[in-house]
Amino acid sequence: MDILITGILLGGTYALIAMGLNLQYGVARIMNLANGEILVAGGYFAFIAYTSTQLSPILTIFLVAPIAFALNWLIYRLMLQPLVNRAKNLGQLETDSILATFGLSFIGVGLMLSFFGGDYFSYSFMAVPVELLGNTYGANRVLSFVMAVLICGALYIWLNRSRAGLSIRAIATAPASARLVGIDVKKLSALVFALGGAVTAVGGALISTYLTLDASTGVVFTLKALIIVIMGGVGDVRGTIVAALLLGILETVVASLLDPGLTLAAAYIMFLGILLFRPQGLFGKKPT
Amino acid sequence: MNLTGPDIRNLCLTALAFGICALLPLGDNGYWLGLGVTIAMFTTLATSWALFSGPTHYISLATAAFFGVGTYVTGLGFDSLPFWSLVGLAGLIGAVLAALVGLATLRLSGVYFVIFTLGLAELVRQVITWVQNNTGQKGLYVLTDLDEAGIYWWLLGLAAAVFLMGWLIGRSRLGFALRIIGDDETVAAHSGINTARAKVLLFMVPGAVAAMTGAILAPRYVYIEPSLAFAPILSFQVVIMALLGGASRLWGPLVGVIPFTFLLEAVSSNFPNQTTLVIGVAFLVIVYLLPNGFVGLLDKILHRINAREGA
Repeated sequence: MDILITGILLGGTYALIAMGLNLQYGVARIMNLANGEILVAGGYFAFIAYTSTQLSPILTIFLVAPIAFALNWLIYRLMLQPLVNRAKNLGQLETDSILATFGLSFIGVGLMLSFFGGDYFSYSFMAVPVELLGNTYGANRVLSFVMAVLICGALYIWLNRSRAGLSIRAIATAPASARLVGIDVKKLSALVFALGGAVTAVGGALISTYLTLDASTGVVFTLKALIIVIMGGVGDVRGTIVAALLLGILETVVASLLDPGLTLAAAYIMFLGILLFRPQGLFGKKPT
Repeated sequence: MNLTGPDIRNLCLTALAFGICALLPLGDNGYWLGLGVTIAMFTTLATSWALFSGPTHYISLATAAFFGVGTYVTGLGFDSLPFWSLVGLAGLIGAVLAALVGLATLRLSGVYFVIFTLGLAELVRQVITWVQNNTGQKGLYVLTDLDEAGIYWWLLGLAAAVFLMGWLIGRSRLGFALRIIGDDETVAAHSGINTARAKVLLFMVPGAVAAMTGAILAPRYVYIEPSLAFAPILSFQVVIMALLGGASRLWGPLVGVIPFTFLLEAVSSNFPNQTTLVIGVAFLVIVYLLPNGFVGLLDKILHRINAREGA
């Protein structure tokens, strides 16, 4: 029970991070491998804000989100839009965007290394125990989970109930046809890419309250987010949440029963299972 | 096999070039030989990488995983088996591992493959670390009588084998099938090519070669541990070098390996903390400025000169 709740708490934050990637890949069609670096940057921001001005990470996210939004919008407009324009087919866009975002990822790591050094960073924020169903958990974990649930819920309702959300889902389903019904695909793709980056950065700020990060941990989170997105199905919010919770629980089970060093290996086994048996994702439909 | 005049000429010239390269250890045993080993290593890895990724456009990041497995084969077996058999064994294990990875991912789209290979080195590293922790080991000492010149000759031999193999594959039915897959996979499937089988078979080549390279280089490290043997950066360096040179020709990667090795050498000795930044910039240069590598640039220039002469 203890493991289950810890896993769900971790999975909540994973859901937020994977949601950011899913928006970027599902709608803007960019497999953003620099996603983890955006996360770590969000974490650094929260760390600096907290250690220098005692600003609570819960308030910091309202600063992190617009900054990450603007930065990701610029990245999409300046660097990724040209790739979308020149790509002759989806395969070429995938290869190009993978290479370009690898470049951005390495540049991100390099910049963070030279500004902040390679040390791990962590700070003590709300490190007080809370009791839930007879066991105690860090208040920071519980708070991060609640924030993640709120943001994921808001995104879900926005995507499914609003007119903008409808347009976005239209692009995700059929980018070519979306243009025909008067949706500005280019503009919305850029905005959704930026939104995805903002969501990921907020996830980073939240996760930094209870996990220790350093400049080069980004790739691990990218990998986990990718596994979650594929497991949940590209463009599927509900699947992403379920997959994130499953991964959170599995990692916690492996870490507490077997060895904390094997968490990625466990995630991989799960990934392999999905690839072999349900490559279209947990709730995805079989391609015809 | 039908060899035309130019084929025989190219074969002779390549053999001559390898012969000249083999003389390097006789001239210098220090800095330049060390650099020669690095270049031979990356030439082998990048050329075999391009054999698979050139025609199929799948970006493999599994090099470090296979390489690490190879170093461990040597590390575990050097005092009970002769060195040449270890290299062969590493190649065999690498090929089997590549076949398993290929069977799981190559039936699906390229993204799955990239993601899977991205974490493969980390996966194997975690498992080996875990096994070591449970058996109380930390790392392995690899003490052989193989010196730097010996390693260099081994690598050169492997590089020659890779070039020969690439040339043979290019002339074979498999190579033809792969070029069609690279152009249009649907067309390939409709003309009766078993696309998944062709891709898996070809992916076994870089897998085996990277493992053999690792096995040959293990004595150079003397002491190996998981974080050293499975350093993921190796996979990225290989990708950059192959694409920088151009993956469309057999000799393309070589054109990328030599300048990039010198560049990394210069950067890591002058600004040791900026290597990640350089790798990042290199990726962007490839995507935005040199989408077909130096080879593509050369083709373009030649094309322009020809067009001008024709006009």
